[in-house]
Amino acid sequence: MANVLVLAEISGGKVKKTTHSAVTFARKAAALLGGSYSILALGSDVSAVLGELAALGADKVLVAEAPTLEHYLAEHYAPVVAAAAGSFRVLVATASAFGKDLLPRVAARLDAGYAADVTELLSEGTSLRYKRPMFAGNAFGICRIESAVEVVSVRQSAFTAAEPTGSSSPVERLAVPAAGAGASRIEWVNLEQVKNERPELTEARVVVSGGRALKEQFYELLNPFADVLGAAIGASRAACDNGYCAPDLQVGQTGKVVAPALYFAVGISGAIQHLAGMKSSKIIVAINKDGDAPIFQVADYGLVGDLFKVLPELTTKLRALKDA
Amino acid sequence: MKVLVALKRVADPDNANKVKIPADGSKIDTTGLEWKPNPFDEYALETALRLTENGKTPKVRAGEVVVVTFGPPETETTLRSALATGADRAIRVNATDEQLDGMTVALGLKKLVETEQPDLVLVGKQAVDGDTNQVAQLLAELLDWPQATFAATIREEAGGLVVGREVDDGVLSVRLKFPAVVSVDLRIVAPRSVFSLHTDPAHKYNEGVRFAPLPAIMQARKKPLETKQLADVAPGARAKVTYVSFEAPPKRKAGVKIADVDALLDKLKNEAKAL
Ligand SMILES: Cc1cc2nc3c(=O)[nH]c(=O)nc-3n(C[C@H](O)[C@H](O)[C@H](O)COP(=O)(O)OP(=O)(O)OC[C@H]3O[C@@H](n4cnc5c(N)ncnc54)[C@H](O)[C@@H]3O)c2cc1C
Ligand SMILES: Nc1ncnc2c1ncn2[C@@H]1O[C@H](COP(=O)(O)O)[C@@H](O)[C@H]1O
Repeated sequence: MANVLVLAEISGGKVKKTTHSAVTFARKAAALLGGSYSILALGSDVSAVLGELAALGADKVLVAEAPTLEHYLAEHYAPVVAAAAGSFRVLVATASAFGKDLLPRVAARLDAGYAADVTELLSEGTSLRYKRPMFAGNAFGICRIESAVEVVSVRQSAFTAAEPTGSSSPVERLAVPAAGAGASRIEWVNLEQVKNERPELTEARVVVSGGRALKEQFYELLNPFADVLGAAIGASRAACDNGYCAPDLQVGQTGKVVAPALYFAVGISGAIQHLAGMKSSKIIVAINKDGDAPIFQVADYGLVGDLFKVLPELTTKLRALKDA
Repeated sequence: MKVLVALKRVADPDNANKVKIPADGSKIDTTGLEWKPNPFDEYALETALRLTENGKTPKVRAGEVVVVTFGPPETETTLRSALATGADRAIRVNATDEQLDGMTVALGLKKLVETEQPDLVLVGKQAVDGDTNQVAQLLAELLDWPQATFAATIREEAGGLVVGREVDDGVLSVRLKFPAVVSVDLRIVAPRSVFSLHTDPAHKYNEGVRFAPLPAIMQARKKPLETKQLADVAPGARAKVTYVSFEAPPKRKAGVKIADVDALLDKLKNEAKAL
């Protein structure tokens, strides 16, 4: 059967938006394969999210519930996902921390090939081809997977979130197979969540990112600027490593990958690893006092100047413009 | 504690924009780029050393670190420098780069784990050439061991570790019992990220990885380095993901420099229509 299974990402009793990007991929893949797609939800009690998942146009919503699935742990989730995916041609989730942690483990269980961080789906006849970035986005490889089940993680910024179709997919409950010995040697302790009232970095229309140059004034300068724009805040590794901002703001090869309509790089030099996370933004603006900084090679608009002067002025004038 | 660390050498990541793709799209050509250790693997080695020493007297070993790489003979340079940095022993599994994918490396590591019996396998979170981020997870499943990927902090306890994993919305802590697989993220080499039972919890490491002192580079030549064949540690392994072709990324055209804030706002509003 040439059908596609989407692994939903559920956190804090909510469906994460990452799920909707995987659904977009699944719709395309199912159309190419002439099959359908289903959605798999795991947890101790997922009743609160079933309505939302059932409205996404899936053939079925598969549900696996058990007390051991309350908190995500790969050791407990992998056997359940592998058992469910066995009858599908493609298993897909988004390449979030969750997808990246779990999918390879599932692939090993299924003796399947895994294509990571896919940005485009192609095909040759009914055989799927996956395009994925390598070398920090400086090359793309087009690959095929030769195993009964093809396991794929997709880059969220490359697949727009699927809209509900108004359907009401039937719900099917799955048995939860026993976990292996590894599961008895791991325990979930706690999640130190960073409170963030702003739009999600990976979903925002505008992102303003700060680098090492902002120093201890990182938030003091970026918060008002982001407020006027309704933007998410991002950062370079140097800003995160130096403790100027929270580590989960990091944009780049090893941080989050963003592709907003508008990206501001403020006091960021533009190292290869940073570019890997933002090069696909529609419009890039760079503010840097060094006119030779590599960031200017990818910026549509470059302003050479001292950010400590430029940023407050930009914030004030932008506010005036919005209020007008 | 005995730790097995997997090290890969990659084409210089700071010059990754210099890779070339021939017109027929048949390969990614890295000629001209220097080989460097994968940065995350250097972090994994630093983590392993911190876990097997007293930070005050690092010359006295309080555990064993075995480094392993899969690759052609010239990758022994990577192993020698790891030995100079402080690793105790090295194993090279002889293979060409073309023979290796994540699953082949994971199958080979599984075999080595069966003979070496480490308490912990430490790997980088991703090799920055292929950028696939899978070996730790594949190996953990093959061994049926617990895994903690993207480790930003590690605190040793009797019989196991508490690992702070960097996830999308914060830091998730998990408690593991040995034996286990851990993949490390960037911030594991901050001054106070790794706490072993041998080192005073107040100890502060230098930021980043340590460098080998000159005499150690000489001594490293005498440390044991064993060679094995891929066919012996991963018999029958075959890549399940095959690359059909490669492409260069779309080029961004060079933009313009703007004189001042007013001009920038004008461009954003009237030209880009982005506000
Ligand atoms: C394995 C690995 C993974 C990595 N992953 C990432 C990643 O995911 N994301 C990432 O960002 N980095 C990553 N890096 C780090 C990357 O290589 C760079 O070191 C980092 O991006 C630099 O951050 P920065 O631009 O803020 O700092 P710097 O390179 O120090 O640049 C600061 C910039 O600010 C400018 N500046 C200084 N003062 C002012 C002022 N007053 N006004 C205006 N401009 C000013 C300077 O001209 C300079 O261009 C990674 C590195 C490694 C080894
Ligand atoms: N050829 C190799 N030799 C040794 N270790 C490797 C090799 N390939 C991958 N690894 C290890 O696996 C980690 C993750 O790699 P990957 O899953 O390929 O992104 C790396 O950071 C290394 O620690």
